[in-house]
Amino acid sequence: MPTLTYRDALNQALREEMQRDDRVFLMGEEVGVYQGAYKVSRGLLEEFGARRVVDTPITELGFAGVGVGAAMVGLRPVIEMMTFNFALLAVDQIVNSAAKMRYMSNGQVGVPMVVRGPGGAALQLGAQHSQAFESWYAHIPGLKVVMPATPADAKGLLKSAIRDDNPVIFIEGEMLYNTKGEVPEGEYTIPLGVADIKREGTDVTIVCHSKTVAVALKAAEQLAADGISAEVIDLRTIRPLDTRTVLESVARTHRCVVVEEGWHFAGVGAQVVDTIQREIFDALDAPVLRVTGAEVPMPYNKQLEKLAKADPAKVIAAVRQVLYVD
Amino acid sequence: MAGTATKPGRKTIDPATAETWRAWLRQMLLIRRFEEKAGEAYSLGKIGGFCHLYIGQEAVAVGTIASLRPDDYITASYREHGQALVRGITPRAVMAELFGKAEGCSGGKGGSMHLFDASLGFLGGHGIVGGHIPLTTGMAFAIKYRGTDQVAICYFGEAAVNNGAFHEALNMAALWKLPAIYICENNRYGMGTALERASAIYDISERACSYDMANEVVDGQDVLAVKAAMDRAVERAREEKLPTLLEVRTYRFMGHSMSDPIHGHYRTKEEVEEQRKRDPIAVWSGRLIADGVMTEDEVKAMDQQVVEEVEDAYRFAEEAADPAPEELFRDVYAPEEN
Repeated sequence: MPTLTYRDALNQALREEMQRDDRVFLMGEEVGVYQGAYKVSRGLLEEFGARRVVDTPITELGFAGVGVGAAMVGLRPVIEMMTFNFALLAVDQIVNSAAKMRYMSNGQVGVPMVVRGPGGAALQLGAQHSQAFESWYAHIPGLKVVMPATPADAKGLLKSAIRDDNPVIFIEGEMLYNTKGEVPEGEYTIPLGVADIKREGTDVTIVCHSKTVAVALKAAEQLAADGISAEVIDLRTIRPLDTRTVLESVARTHRCVVVEEGWHFAGVGAQVVDTIQREIFDALDAPVLRVTGAEVPMPYNKQLEKLAKADPAKVIAAVRQVLYVD
Repeated sequence: MAGTATKPGRKTIDPATAETWRAWLRQMLLIRRFEEKAGEAYSLGKIGGFCHLYIGQEAVAVGTIASLRPDDYITASYREHGQALVRGITPRAVMAELFGKAEGCSGGKGGSMHLFDASLGFLGGHGIVGGHIPLTTGMAFAIKYRGTDQVAICYFGEAAVNNGAFHEALNMAALWKLPAIYICENNRYGMGTALERASAIYDISERACSYDMANEVVDGQDVLAVKAAMDRAVERAREEKLPTLLEVRTYRFMGHSMSDPIHGHYRTKEEVEEQRKRDPIAVWSGRLIADGVMTEDEVKAMDQQVVEEVEDAYRFAEEAADPAPEELFRDVYAPEEN
């Protein structure tokens, strides 16, 4: 199986889906001539032309709305947000138009659209460029929210997202674009709404997604050295949430830590914890703990930024706490 | 009111034209009587939420939609009962939607602000001021993408031109040469704020100059003038693949919504009465009578027929069933294929 970067896996998914279906087009800032701010769309303009790889002005609300309108009459737009920080300008279109059209129209008009781009923090980009917004979108009925952590998942999930008949918020990781992994060639799709056990274990379940999968895996590795066996579940899709995989795991391990990059208050983890306590309260041997970003706008200073992020040490501390080993 | 009325007094009107002109009057009367009935139903508590009436602006919907083909796309703001009726959604289906009934054109799940009929290319009333303008640009983008010759049109009030969605949508339509027509129904007030208290320039049409876009100002109380201007815009979109900003100057005879009095702090009774002298229905029926297309009695008979049609719609809506409880969760997402 070929080894690809996360970036190239996304590129391959886009290319294959555009080859497969003429209704699919890519639109956003710098997607064409510049080849993508993060080079995800490299070579696509050359292959598909300016009709299907469309550079836009810096106007997130506007081109998100263009995507919704085009989807309403039968195209399948992939709208690239240079980052999801900028997508805040497009939230009206995503929430008021895309998410509600099918319902308001009594099923007459759907919006098969993907809004994709990187979310979360990279390195020292400061407060306005370092935010994880998945819980915002996951809150909205009518939207699906997908967040791949590996190159293979990036390809398989993006292909499924493009084929999905609903608006899909597809959040990538800026720090993941250069990561490498084996990626199946050709037709390879992963159904939305299915989590993946990234590491099997018996003592504790660590639930995570996107960039925090690497954090959790690193923590699990160090915990293994201390004789603690951690299972790592990558949610992959935030909405619909694969509660079954999470519950089956926690029912076996009896202990759980939920990790995410975003803020604690009303975060994705809160939803996971709610499900666990409601469904399998009696299986728990300890309260479920959460490791999240600190409740602050992201500071620029390198040391402060590090303190604000979820990292393996924080995950290990939480795991030891739910195991009562300290 | 600016603009020139079409000169009356032409003596020979060919039968096909006369037929069309009578149909326009009937459509305008239908909107008027429908809206009056909707207002009455709202006061009786049969219609909930917000209800924005179109009374005074009838010639705009009639004159513009008269230029369209059945396969063109329409989006509108939340003041869209008139356009929906003219496009061909039945009075029964619109009234039932206002009543929130299952037989409504949006299954009772949309309401007054979200009327849809995809089979007629009527792609929604939309509730966020200006938010639907980019959708029209997207539909026009899709038309160009597929290489067909439809047009996409959008209705919005003059208050929407001050927000970003309007500028972003028009810029891209001009930049990419899209077959879109942006119809600004300038009824002078964004809720209670007069145009000159919200916009740095008075002539909305001039906004188009920022995008090197064709534009026109037209008297919205004269259906023939509206139709003529719309014909030019449609030809520009269909033949030349270029967008237009059409500023239609009209006036809302009612309050912003049913919870807003006709006159009050923001406009005087005298102003409303002055504007009512150019009631688009009176202007048009007067013209038809002067031209010998209809007699006064024929106009009255037509009006009576429309009143009965609206009464029928009202009864239908009253008797129609509420959506079933299981409708609550339907159509949040597309049905799963497998």
